[in-house]
Amino acid sequence: MSTKEWPLWEVFIRAKQGLNHKHVGSLHAADLQMAIENARDVYTRRMEGVSIWVVESKHVHASEPSEQEALFEPANDKIYRHPTFYDLPEELNHM
Amino acid sequence: MEIKLEALFQDKIDQEIKIEPRDWMPEKYRKTLLRQISQHAHSEIVGMLPEGNWITRAPNLRRKVALLAKVQDEAGHGLYLYSAAETLGMSRDEMFEELHSGKAKYSSIFNYPTLTWADMGAIGWLVDGAAIMNQVPLCRTSYGPYARAMVRVCKEESFHQRQGYEIMLTLSKGTEAQKALAQDALNRWWWPSIMMFGPNDDNSPNSAQSMKWKIKRFSNDELRQKFVDVTVAQTEILGLSIPDKDLKWNEERGHYDFGVIDWEEFFQVVAGNGPCNKQRLKARVDAWENGAWVREAATAYAEKRELRTKNQTEAA
Ligand SMILES: [Fe+2]
Ligand SMILES: [Fe+2]
Repeated sequence: MSTKEWPLWEVFIRAKQGLNHKHVGSLHAADLQMAIENARDVYTRRMEGVSIWVVESKHVHASEPSEQEALFEPANDKIYRHPTFYDLPEELNHM
Repeated sequence: MEIKLEALFQDKIDQEIKIEPRDWMPEKYRKTLLRQISQHAHSEIVGMLPEGNWITRAPNLRRKVALLAKVQDEAGHGLYLYSAAETLGMSRDEMFEELHSGKAKYSSIFNYPTLTWADMGAIGWLVDGAAIMNQVPLCRTSYGPYARAMVRVCKEESFHQRQGYEIMLTLSKGTEAQKALAQDALNRWWWPSIMMFGPNDDNSPNSAQSMKWKIKRFSNDELRQKFVDVTVAQTEILGLSIPDKDLKWNEERGHYDFGVIDWEEFFQVVAGNGPCNKQRLKARVDAWENGAWVREAATAYAEKRELRTKNQTEAA
Protein backbone atom coordinates (compact mmCIF):
# COMPACT_ATOMS: atom_id res chain seq x y z
CA MET A 1 0.00 0.00 0.00
CA SER A 2 2.33 2.64 -1.22
CA THR A 3 1.23 6.23 -1.22
CA LYS A 4 2.87 9.13 -2.97
CA GLU A 5 6.46 9.86 -1.98
CA TRP A 6 6.98 13.22 -0.24
CA PRO A 7 8.63 15.69 -2.60
CA LEU A 8 12.38 16.25 -2.62
CA TRP A 9 13.82 19.59 -1.41
CA GLU A 10 17.27 21.10 -1.84
CA VAL A 11 18.68 22.63 1.33
CA PHE A 12 20.88 25.73 1.55
CA ILE A 13 22.45 26.89 4.81
CA ARG A 14 23.97 30.21 5.81
CA ALA A 15 26.79 29.24 8.17
CA LYS A 16 26.97 32.67 9.79
CA GLN A 17 25.87 36.23 9.20
CA GLY A 18 27.77 37.73 6.29
CA LEU A 19 28.15 34.49 4.33
CA ASN A 20 25.99 33.30 1.45
CA HIS A 21 23.67 30.33 1.68
CA LYS A 22 25.42 27.22 0.46
CA HIS A 23 23.92 24.02 -0.88
CA VAL A 24 24.33 21.22 1.68
CA GLY A 25 22.14 18.40 0.42
CA SER A 26 18.54 17.39 0.03
CA LEU A 27 15.71 15.77 1.92
CA HIS A 28 12.08 14.71 1.62
CA ALA A 29 9.24 16.61 3.27
CA ALA A 30 5.51 16.95 2.77
CA ASP A 31 5.55 20.75 2.74
CA LEU A 32 7.85 23.71 3.16
CA GLN A 33 7.42 24.01 6.90
CA MET A 34 8.37 20.38 7.37
CA ALA A 35 11.25 20.85 4.92
CA ILE A 36 12.70 23.65 7.06
CA GLU A 37 12.20 21.71 10.29
CA ASN A 38 13.76 18.57 8.84
CA ALA A 39 16.64 20.59 7.40
CA ARG A 40 17.26 21.96 10.89
CA ASP A 41 17.46 18.40 12.30
CA VAL A 42 19.40 16.84 9.44
CA TYR A 43 21.87 19.57 8.54
CA THR A 44 22.36 21.84 11.58
CA ARG A 45 22.81 19.55 14.58
CA ARG A 46 26.16 21.17 15.39
CA MET A 47 25.57 24.88 14.93
CA GLU A 48 26.31 24.70 11.20
CA GLY A 49 23.84 27.43 10.39
CA VAL A 50 21.92 30.57 11.27
CA SER A 51 19.53 30.52 8.32
CA ILE A 52 17.98 27.89 6.04
CA TRP A 53 16.61 28.05 2.50
CA VAL A 54 14.68 25.15 1.04
CA VAL A 55 13.69 24.89 -2.62
CA GLU A 56 11.66 22.08 -4.05
CA SER A 57 14.10 20.20 -6.28
CA LYS A 58 11.76 20.29 -9.27
CA HIS A 59 12.15 24.07 -9.36
CA VAL A 60 15.91 23.92 -9.84
CA HIS A 61 16.94 24.33 -13.47
CA ALA A 62 20.48 23.32 -14.34
CA SER A 63 22.79 23.76 -17.32
CA GLU A 64 23.56 20.64 -19.31
CA PRO A 65 26.98 19.03 -18.78
CA SER A 66 27.14 18.68 -22.58
CA GLU A 67 26.90 22.47 -22.91
CA GLN A 68 29.86 22.98 -20.64
CA GLU A 69 32.24 23.95 -23.45
CA ALA A 70 29.81 26.24 -25.21
CA LEU A 71 28.96 28.04 -22.00
CA PHE A 72 32.27 28.32 -20.26
CA GLU A 73 35.01 28.03 -22.89
CA PRO A 74 34.60 31.63 -24.17
CA ALA A 75 36.01 32.91 -20.88
CA ASN A 76 39.24 30.96 -21.40
CA ASP A 77 40.94 33.31 -23.87
CA LYS A 78 39.85 36.55 -22.25
CA ILE A 79 42.90 36.87 -20.11
CA TYR A 80 42.62 40.67 -20.33
CA ARG A 81 39.87 40.34 -17.74
CA HIS A 82 42.49 39.51 -15.15
CA PRO A 83 44.72 42.08 -13.45
CA THR A 84 47.91 40.13 -14.24
CA PHE A 85 47.38 40.77 -17.98
CA TYR A 86 48.62 44.35 -17.62
CA ASP A 87 52.35 45.14 -17.71
CA LEU A 88 53.17 47.68 -15.07
CA PRO A 89 56.52 48.70 -13.55
CA GLU A 90 57.78 46.83 -10.47
CA GLU A 91 58.05 50.09 -8.47
CA LEU A 92 54.32 50.41 -8.58
CA ASN A 93 53.52 48.26 -5.60
CA HIS A 94 50.01 47.27 -4.67
CA MET A 95 47.82 48.09 -7.64
CA MET B 1 30.75 6.24 -29.27
CA GLU B 2 30.33 4.32 -26.01
CA ILE B 3 34.01 3.36 -26.06
CA LYS B 4 35.07 6.95 -26.57
CA LEU B 5 32.84 8.16 -23.74
CA GLU B 6 34.20 5.45 -21.49
CA ALA B 7 37.77 6.48 -22.22
CA LEU B 8 36.93 10.12 -21.50
CA PHE B 9 35.26 9.05 -18.29
CA GLN B 10 38.28 7.05 -17.12
CA ASP B 11 40.47 9.98 -18.05
CA LYS B 12 38.49 12.26 -15.76
CA ILE B 13 38.75 9.73 -12.94
CA ASP B 14 42.52 9.43 -13.45
CA GLN B 15 42.83 13.21 -13.25
CA GLU B 16 40.85 13.18 -9.99
CA ILE B 17 37.97 15.14 -11.51
CA LYS B 18 34.80 14.27 -9.60
CA ILE B 19 31.82 12.79 -11.41
CA GLU B 20 28.56 14.68 -10.85
CA PRO B 21 24.99 13.34 -11.20
CA ARG B 22 24.26 14.64 -14.68
CA ASP B 23 27.62 13.66 -16.19
CA TRP B 24 27.89 10.66 -18.47
CA MET B 25 28.94 7.52 -16.60
CA PRO B 26 29.18 3.83 -17.51
CA GLU B 27 26.05 1.95 -16.50
CA LYS B 28 28.12 -0.40 -14.37
CA TYR B 29 29.65 2.53 -12.47
CA ARG B 30 26.17 3.86 -11.73
CA LYS B 31 24.93 0.45 -10.60
CA THR B 32 27.98 -0.27 -8.45
CA LEU B 33 27.65 3.08 -6.70
CA LEU B 34 23.92 2.79 -6.27
CA ARG B 35 24.36 -0.60 -4.62
CA GLN B 36 27.18 0.59 -2.40
CA ILE B 37 25.61 3.90 -1.32
CA SER B 38 22.16 2.45 -0.67
CA GLN B 39 23.65 -0.44 1.32
CA HIS B 40 25.64 2.08 3.26
CA ALA B 41 22.47 4.11 3.94
CA HIS B 42 20.59 0.99 5.04
CA SER B 43 23.46 0.15 7.41
CA GLU B 44 23.23 3.55 9.09
CA ILE B 45 19.48 3.15 9.56
CA VAL B 46 19.46 -0.48 10.72
CA GLY B 47 22.53 0.37 12.80
CA MET B 48 20.35 2.50 15.08
CA LEU B 49 18.48 -0.57 16.33
CA PRO B 50 21.13 -2.37 18.41
CA GLU B 51 21.98 0.86 20.23
CA GLY B 52 18.43 2.14 20.42
CA ASN B 53 17.90 -0.94 22.58
CA TRP B 54 19.89 0.66 25.44
CA ILE B 55 18.85 4.33 25.34
CA THR B 56 16.21 3.96 28.05
CA ARG B 57 18.59 1.92 30.20
CA ALA B 58 21.70 4.10 30.01
CA PRO B 59 23.34 4.20 33.46
CA ASN B 60 23.15 7.98 33.85
CA LEU B 61 22.02 11.14 32.09
CA ARG B 62 25.45 11.94 30.62
CA ARG B 63 25.59 8.56 28.93
CA LYS B 64 21.99 8.83 27.86
CA VAL B 65 22.26 12.19 26.07
CA ALA B 66 25.46 11.02 24.36
CA LEU B 67 23.94 7.77 23.14
CA LEU B 68 20.80 9.54 22.01
CA ALA B 69 22.85 12.09 20.06
CA LYS B 70 24.92 9.34 18.49
CA VAL B 71 21.88 7.37 17.37
CA GLN B 72 20.34 10.56 15.99
CA ASP B 73 23.55 11.17 14.02
CA GLU B 74 23.25 7.70 12.50
CA ALA B 75 19.76 8.60 11.28
CA GLY B 76 21.29 11.72 9.73
CA HIS B 77 24.00 9.64 8.05
CA GLY B 78 21.34 7.41 6.56
CA LEU B 79 19.54 10.47 5.21
CA TYR B 80 22.66 12.07 3.66
CA LEU B 81 23.42 8.78 1.96
CA TYR B 82 19.90 8.13 0.71
CA SER B 83 19.90 11.55 -0.96
CA ALA B 84 23.28 10.84 -2.54
CA ALA B 85 21.94 7.52 -3.86
CA GLU B 86 18.81 9.20 -5.24
CA THR B 87 20.96 11.32 -7.56
CA LEU B 88 21.78 8.06 -9.37
CA GLY B 89 18.17 7.56 -10.36
CA MET B 90 16.51 5.36 -7.77
CA SER B 91 13.69 6.74 -5.63
CA ARG B 92 13.80 6.64 -1.84
CA ASP B 93 10.74 4.38 -1.72
CA GLU B 94 12.34 1.92 -4.13
CA MET B 95 15.37 1.73 -1.85
CA PHE B 96 13.16 1.11 1.19
CA GLU B 97 11.33 -1.54 -0.77
CA GLU B 98 14.64 -3.29 -1.52
CA LEU B 99 15.63 -3.17 2.14
CA HIS B 100 12.27 -4.41 3.39
CA SER B 101 12.04 -7.26 0.91
CA GLY B 102 15.53 -8.44 1.85
CA LYS B 103 16.87 -7.76 -1.64
CA ALA B 104 19.26 -5.09 -0.41
CA LYS B 105 21.87 -5.89 2.21
CA TYR B 106 23.19 -3.87 5.12
CA SER B 107 26.30 -4.33 7.22
CA SER B 108 26.01 -7.73 8.88
CA ILE B 109 27.46 -6.46 12.17
CA PHE B 110 24.04 -5.10 13.07
CA ASN B 111 22.61 -8.60 13.15
CA TYR B 112 24.35 -9.30 16.46
CA PRO B 113 22.50 -8.66 19.73
CA THR B 114 23.40 -6.00 22.31
CA LEU B 115 23.29 -7.98 25.54
CA THR B 116 24.80 -5.62 28.12
CA TRP B 117 25.55 -1.92 28.59
CA ALA B 118 29.20 -2.68 27.79
CA ASP B 119 28.07 -3.43 24.24
CA MET B 120 27.42 0.32 23.82
CA GLY B 121 31.07 0.84 24.61
CA ALA B 122 32.31 -1.91 22.31
CA ILE B 123 30.09 -0.76 19.43
CA GLY B 124 31.18 2.87 19.61
CA TRP B 125 34.81 1.92 19.95
CA LEU B 126 35.06 -1.00 17.50
CA VAL B 127 32.11 -0.80 15.12
CA ASP B 128 32.27 2.95 14.64
CA GLY B 129 36.06 2.65 14.66
CA ALA B 130 35.97 0.16 11.79
CA ALA B 131 33.38 2.30 10.01
CA ILE B 132 35.65 5.36 10.29
CA MET B 133 38.55 3.38 8.83
CA ASN B 134 36.33 2.56 5.85
CA GLN B 135 34.75 5.98 5.56
CA VAL B 136 37.72 8.32 5.70
CA PRO B 137 39.03 7.25 2.26
CA LEU B 138 35.46 7.50 0.92
CA CYS B 139 35.62 11.28 1.47
CA ARG B 140 37.78 11.22 -1.68
CA THR B 141 35.63 8.78 -3.65
CA SER B 142 35.12 9.71 -7.32
CA TYR B 143 31.37 10.41 -7.17
CA GLY B 144 30.76 13.97 -5.94
CA PRO B 145 27.52 13.55 -3.95
CA TYR B 146 28.88 10.44 -2.17
CA ALA B 147 32.16 12.15 -1.31
CA ARG B 148 30.34 15.21 0.06
CA ALA B 149 28.02 13.05 2.17
CA MET B 150 31.02 11.18 3.55
CA VAL B 151 32.75 14.40 4.58
CA ARG B 152 29.76 15.26 6.76
CA VAL B 153 29.59 11.70 8.12
CA CYS B 154 33.28 11.59 9.01
CA LYS B 155 33.11 14.90 10.87
CA GLU B 156 30.43 13.42 13.09
CA GLU B 157 31.92 9.97 13.60
CA SER B 158 34.84 10.79 15.82
CA PHE B 159 32.60 11.64 18.78
CA HIS B 160 30.90 8.26 18.30
CA GLN B 161 34.11 6.37 18.73
CA ARG B 162 35.30 8.49 21.64
CA GLN B 163 32.06 8.11 23.57
CA GLY B 164 32.27 4.33 23.09
CA TYR B 165 35.88 4.19 24.19
CA GLU B 166 35.07 6.27 27.26
CA ILE B 167 32.41 3.73 28.26
CA MET B 168 34.97 0.92 27.88
CA LEU B 169 37.53 2.89 29.86
CA THR B 170 35.16 3.55 32.73
CA LEU B 171 34.11 -0.10 32.91
CA SER B 172 37.64 -1.44 32.65
CA LYS B 173 38.72 0.78 35.56
CA GLY B 174 35.71 -0.20 37.63
CA THR B 175 34.94 -3.23 39.75
CA GLU B 176 35.96 -6.75 38.71
CA ALA B 177 32.41 -7.34 37.51
CA GLN B 178 32.47 -4.19 35.36
CA LYS B 179 35.82 -5.11 33.89
CA ALA B 180 34.51 -8.57 33.09
CA LEU B 181 31.56 -6.96 31.35
CA ALA B 182 33.90 -4.90 29.15
CA GLN B 183 36.04 -7.96 28.33
CA ASP B 184 32.96 -9.97 27.45
CA ALA B 185 31.75 -7.25 25.08
CA LEU B 186 35.17 -7.10 23.41
CA ASN B 187 35.14 -10.89 23.06
CA ARG B 188 31.80 -10.83 21.29
CA TRP B 189 32.38 -7.78 19.05
CA TRP B 190 35.98 -8.28 18.00
CA TRP B 191 35.57 -10.82 15.22
CA PRO B 192 32.38 -9.35 13.74
CA SER B 193 34.14 -5.95 13.73
CA ILE B 194 37.08 -7.11 11.68
CA MET B 195 34.66 -8.90 9.34
CA MET B 196 33.11 -5.48 8.62
CA PHE B 197 35.84 -4.81 6.06
CA GLY B 198 34.41 -7.56 3.89
CA PRO B 199 35.90 -10.70 2.33
CA ASN B 200 39.64 -11.12 1.76
CA ASP B 201 40.98 -9.40 -1.35
CA ASP B 202 41.41 -12.61 -3.33
CA ASN B 203 37.75 -13.32 -2.63
CA SER B 204 36.40 -9.89 -3.51
CA PRO B 205 35.75 -9.98 -7.27
CA ASN B 206 34.49 -6.42 -7.84
CA SER B 207 37.22 -4.73 -5.86
CA ALA B 208 39.64 -4.18 -8.74
CA GLN B 209 37.06 -2.34 -10.86
CA SER B 210 36.02 -0.20 -7.88
CA MET B 211 39.66 0.72 -7.31
CA LYS B 212 40.11 1.59 -10.98
CA TRP B 213 37.07 3.86 -10.82
CA LYS B 214 38.39 5.28 -7.53
CA ILE B 215 35.18 4.43 -5.74
CA LYS B 216 37.46 2.58 -3.32
CA ARG B 217 40.98 3.71 -2.48
CA PHE B 218 42.17 0.81 -0.34
CA SER B 219 41.43 -2.90 -0.45
CA ASN B 220 39.47 -4.72 2.26
CA ASP B 221 42.58 -6.39 3.64
CA GLU B 222 44.58 -3.16 3.74
CA LEU B 223 41.86 -1.43 5.76
CA ARG B 224 41.43 -4.40 8.07
CA GLN B 225 45.16 -4.47 8.77
CA LYS B 226 45.17 -0.74 9.58
CA PHE B 227 42.28 -1.26 11.96
CA VAL B 228 43.93 -4.15 13.78
CA ASP B 229 47.18 -2.21 14.04
CA VAL B 230 45.61 0.84 15.71
CA THR B 231 43.22 -1.13 17.90
CA VAL B 232 45.85 -3.23 19.67
CA ALA B 233 47.37 -0.22 21.45
CA GLN B 234 43.90 1.07 22.38
CA THR B 235 43.10 -2.32 23.93
CA GLU B 236 46.29 -2.24 26.00
CA ILE B 237 45.30 1.13 27.49
CA LEU B 238 42.05 -0.48 28.55
CA GLY B 239 43.91 -3.39 30.09
CA LEU B 240 41.75 -5.81 28.14
CA SER B 241 42.80 -8.54 25.74
CA ILE B 242 41.79 -9.19 22.16
CA PRO B 243 40.32 -12.70 21.81
CA ASP B 244 42.83 -13.96 19.23
CA LYS B 245 45.67 -16.23 20.27
CA ASP B 246 47.42 -15.69 16.93
CA LEU B 247 47.61 -11.94 17.33
CA LYS B 248 51.25 -10.84 17.49
CA TRP B 249 53.55 -8.14 16.19
CA ASN B 250 55.40 -9.07 13.02
CA GLU B 251 58.63 -7.11 12.96
CA GLU B 252 59.33 -7.95 9.34
CA ARG B 253 55.96 -6.75 8.02
CA GLY B 254 55.69 -3.88 10.45
CA HIS B 255 52.15 -5.03 11.21
CA TYR B 256 50.27 -7.27 13.58
CA ASP B 257 49.55 -10.79 12.36
CA PHE B 258 46.15 -12.06 13.33
CA GLY B 259 44.15 -15.28 13.25
CA VAL B 260 42.01 -16.67 10.47
CA ILE B 261 38.54 -15.15 10.21
CA ASP B 262 35.57 -17.50 10.31
CA TRP B 263 34.15 -16.59 6.91
CA GLU B 264 31.55 -19.29 7.17
CA GLU B 265 29.97 -17.32 10.01
CA PHE B 266 30.19 -14.12 7.97
CA PHE B 267 28.44 -15.59 4.95
CA GLN B 268 25.78 -17.18 7.15
CA VAL B 269 24.96 -13.81 8.68
CA VAL B 270 24.95 -12.11 5.26
CA ALA B 271 22.61 -14.83 4.01
CA GLY B 272 20.13 -13.93 6.75
CA ASN B 273 20.98 -16.51 9.37
CA GLY B 274 22.61 -14.30 11.99
CA PRO B 275 21.21 -14.06 15.50
CA CYS B 276 19.05 -10.95 14.88
CA ASN B 277 18.46 -10.69 11.10
CA LYS B 278 14.74 -11.34 11.33
CA GLN B 279 14.24 -9.07 14.31
CA ARG B 280 16.12 -6.15 12.68
CA LEU B 281 14.23 -6.39 9.40
CA LYS B 282 10.92 -6.73 11.19
CA ALA B 283 11.62 -3.60 13.22
CA ARG B 284 12.27 -1.64 9.97
CA VAL B 285 9.21 -3.00 8.19
CA ASP B 286 6.98 -2.32 11.22
CA ALA B 287 8.27 1.24 11.51
CA TRP B 288 7.56 1.81 7.82
CA GLU B 289 4.09 0.28 7.88
CA ASN B 290 3.02 1.82 11.17
CA GLY B 291 4.19 5.21 9.95
CA ALA B 292 2.13 5.04 6.74
CA TRP B 293 -0.83 6.95 8.18
CA VAL B 294 1.49 9.76 9.29
CA ARG B 295 2.97 10.09 5.81
CA GLU B 296 -0.50 10.08 4.28
CA ALA B 297 -1.84 12.63 6.75
CA ALA B 298 1.10 14.96 6.11
CA THR B 299 0.55 14.72 2.35
CA ALA B 300 -3.17 15.41 2.74
CA TYR B 301 -2.46 18.39 5.00
CA ALA B 302 0.09 19.80 2.56
CA GLU B 303 -2.36 19.47 -0.33
CA LYS B 304 -5.12 21.13 1.64
CA ARG B 305 -2.88 24.00 2.64
CA GLU B 306 -1.68 24.53 -0.91
CA LEU B 307 -5.25 24.63 -2.12
CA ARG B 308 -6.18 27.15 0.55
CA THR B 309 -3.27 29.43 -0.36
CA LYS B 310 -4.25 29.20 -4.02
CA ASN B 311 -7.87 30.11 -3.29
CA GLN B 312 -6.78 33.02 -1.14
CA THR B 313 -4.55 34.44 -3.86
CA GLU B 314 -7.31 34.06 -6.41
CA ALA B 315 -9.81 35.78 -4.14
CA ALA B 316 -7.43 38.66 -3.44
FE1 LIG C 1 27.30 6.57 10.93
FE1 LIG D 1 28.68 6.32 13.97
